[in-house]
Amino acid sequence: MNVLAEVSGNISSIGYGLAAIGPGIGVGIVFAAYIQATARQPESASLTRTYLFLGFALSEALALFGLVLAFVFRSST
Amino acid sequence: MGDQVLADTPFPPSVEDFYLPSIAFGSWVTKFSLLVWLAVAFVIIFFLVAYRNPKLVPTKGQWLAESAYGFIRDGVAKEVIGSDGLRFAPYLTSLFLFIFMANIFGVIPLAQISPMAHIAYPIVLALSTYVLYLYLGIKKHGLGGYLKDRLFPPGAPWPLYVLLTPIEFTQYFITQPLTLAVRLFANMFAGHLILLVFTLGGFVLLTPIEFTQYFITQPLTLAVRLFANMFAGHLILLVFTLGGFVLLGSGNIALAAAGFISFGMAIVMTLFEAIVAILQAYVFVVLTASYIQVSLSDEH
Repeated sequence: MNVLAEVSGNISSIGYGLAAIGPGIGVGIVFAAYIQATARQPESASLTRTYLFLGFALSEALALFGLVLAFVFRSST
Repeated sequence: MGDQVLADTPFPPSVEDFYLPSIAFGSWVTKFSLLVWLAVAFVIIFFLVAYRNPKLVPTKGQWLAESAYGFIRDGVAKEVIGSDGLRFAPYLTSLFLFIFMANIFGVIPLAQISPMAHIAYPIVLALSTYVLYLYLGIKKHGLGGYLKDRLFPPGAPWPLYVLLTPIEFTQYFITQPLTLAVRLFANMFAGHLILLVFTLGGFVLLTPIEFTQYFITQPLTLAVRLFANMFAGHLILLVFTLGGFVLLGSGNIALAAAGFISFGMAIVMTLFEAIVAILQAYVFVVLTASYIQVSLSDEH
């Protein structure tokens, strides 16, 4: 058979790509909400900043798990 | 010859690139332990020097130390934990500065890798936070009271505890310390890997062209291989190669352009990494403070 195109490597990177979708949306929502809250009530900016980083860090964690697992389950090649 | 250079360029980068040879005394002193000691020494010396002779009108160094301390005390300790949090401000500040120093090594020339890119170091930091908030909670509420507060949050109808208790248990005792360690590690690991991809990728793309190969990549790979044994400062490639930007030779122009774009991306990502370094230090400290606050709070 004549091979025209070939993809080599490991499917774990695709797994990481899938794992990054949810946290990507989540982080976007967190920052959008912070911007909106600050635009509506500028004096609350310092009050909500802590929650901004908390929410951002918590949703980001899932993507980072995906990244680590992509390396854990890669093949030996 | 070009193949030889290509074979010497370790592309694509992998996990093995993070295991650097030891410098001295068997496997005791590596670049990572050296950088950690440097970061510790920096934090200690910085505060000692800044406060050796405190003035009412602060000098530059004292002002820097005071604003770093004030930033964490007011912005994190007071804000997250409350007035009770003032006694944690010194710990949180030194934690913040230490993580920041360790992270920023990832973009400083010659160092160019953060010790936090090895999971052992974040694990130790996360463990100290874990022990700290467990200790504070048990000290304040007693072991039974603390467990009851955490595992059986008041206000929920009792059948819900079948669902709630396992979730609360995994959150407080497993995922919280785990994510704390993994977040810091994965950010530094991924940051270094991205820099490797773009710098080494630039090399791979430039090597097939005769001119750039003879004048840029060949001498650099030679120098880098000698250098890597000691420092493994991968990004040092970038610093040297910047001078070679003018030397665009004949050959495959598209490849060369892609190579230079790759180096350009590496510079952009370096700046991005600097931001990530400070952000992750801040996030780690904020999360530590928030876990302490939860342990100290009276209600759920």
